[in-house]
Amino acid sequence: MITMQWLYVLAGAIFASFALASVRDAGNPKRRGNAAFWSLLAISFWFGDVLGDMVNGVLVLVVVALAGLHLIGRGARETTTTVEERERFSARYGNKLFLPALIIPFTAFLGTLLFNYTPLKDSGLIEPKSVTLVLLGVGVIVALVVCYLWLRPSAISAVDEGGRLANAIGWAIVLPQMLAALGAVFAAAGIGDTIGHVAGEIIPQGSIFLAVLLYALGMVIFTMIMGNAFAAFPVMTAAIGFPILIQQDGGRAAVIGAVGMLAGYCGTLMTPMAANFNIVPAALLELRNQYGVVKVQVATAIPLLICNILILYIAGFRL
Amino acid sequence: MTNYWPLLGIALVVLGFALRFNPLLVVAVAAIVTGLLGHMPFLKVLGVLGHGFNENRIVTLIYIVLPVIGLLERYGLQQQARALISRMRGATTGRVLILYLAFRQIFAALGLTSVAGQAQTVRPLVAPMALAAAEKQHGKLDEDTAEHVKAMSAATDNVGLFYGEDIFIAISSILLIQGALKAFGIELTPFELSVWAIPSAICAFVIQSMRLLLLDRQLKRRGQ
Repeated sequence: MITMQWLYVLAGAIFASFALASVRDAGNPKRRGNAAFWSLLAISFWFGDVLGDMVNGVLVLVVVALAGLHLIGRGARETTTTVEERERFSARYGNKLFLPALIIPFTAFLGTLLFNYTPLKDSGLIEPKSVTLVLLGVGVIVALVVCYLWLRPSAISAVDEGGRLANAIGWAIVLPQMLAALGAVFAAAGIGDTIGHVAGEIIPQGSIFLAVLLYALGMVIFTMIMGNAFAAFPVMTAAIGFPILIQQDGGRAAVIGAVGMLAGYCGTLMTPMAANFNIVPAALLELRNQYGVVKVQVATAIPLLICNILILYIAGFRL
Repeated sequence: MTNYWPLLGIALVVLGFALRFNPLLVVAVAAIVTGLLGHMPFLKVLGVLGHGFNENRIVTLIYIVLPVIGLLERYGLQQQARALISRMRGATTGRVLILYLAFRQIFAALGLTSVAGQAQTVRPLVAPMALAAAEKQHGKLDEDTAEHVKAMSAATDNVGLFYGEDIFIAISSILLIQGALKAFGIELTPFELSVWAIPSAICAFVIQSMRLLLLDRQLKRRGQ
């Protein structure tokens, strides 16, 4: 059966290729740091499960030290084509260039459908909960093969180009995973219970609307702190959602649950802690301001939060 | 007696991000301080950190697409995305991004969250298209305007994902809500929860689309 483990092996190989590209990036003074950074990530993906928690912890600290001491950095541009060359290629290949890019989503999409609605599902070929991701990995391999057969780049190009993008994103790539690890430490130190305790103390009595407001704002603020509405939800449900809104005030449980979570997502839009959505894209799109994406999202998140609070109040209590 | 000291870890994160220290460093320091204040020995904190990092490798998995995207960029993918839009009459930044928002929400609602995303679609396709459309409306873009258009492209992807995915019944957040309420003896089916994601999804589409149409007006006004 194809499991997540296979994907981790593939990802480890791709991170190792970023390390190789970094070594080859002769014009970059930080190439050794880059190579060390991607090598450690490859080790983590390949051997993380057998290294044990302590060794993984040390690995994390070394990765952090490489980034914190500014030993990693963007690569030189010499390994790729110039803008003029790219324009010539684009004129030559035309819209067909989109096809390999679409192979990845289409393999994931059609493959998932095919797998879920045919006897393949019971064949035990792919671990059911990882189907889409496994097919995404398959899509990457197919797309690479197609690119090589069609465009005939030099053998090492995919390594160099992947490394170029990876080093442009740099440390931001592991920030989401680091924040998840921080979440684990927060949980072990009982932060969630402490915040739930604080929120539970300041519950206003007698006004359903104020309780709804506190529940939604609690979800938003806690999500902004943790970078993830999933961590906030169980705590706010235990502190306000269940005891006050559902049990005491008789609110509709499905609304309190579903829309409470969606109110939390407004917090996700407003926090740098949700790094994979808010910080990584700033690096990917080469924005000057690393908080550029968060900044433009605030003006969507606030009116949307007001909508969610009204939906909670009206659909939860008035319908 | 509740121990409030670990909350200092949160303050450290906020402070560290505000002072723009390297975020990895901020997070690692905050994790260690929080653990120590929570009366965990250092080696225990290290273990929890290492375990948490290892268990969450899945969030870093998506970067396996980078070699393909990089290779296609080498052969002019971004240039082609721009060329396609600049030939298309009536294409504006707002319209391009509203169309993408609709696709993103619908696909996410069908459970297909990872067919699109910042690395897979926004960098190679959506942002170059939005920029090309902006140049048609506005002429050559100054750096601030280009940055704003790119940021709006990334934001549109996030809004579409967040306010589409909960409509799908088997998404992890719906299962989490179901589980959390079940702990209090409330039994709900995923379907009962996911229908209540629809009103917010509509609000999100309307709000983000209005902002994108406003962006079109700004680009046009500044271009004249």
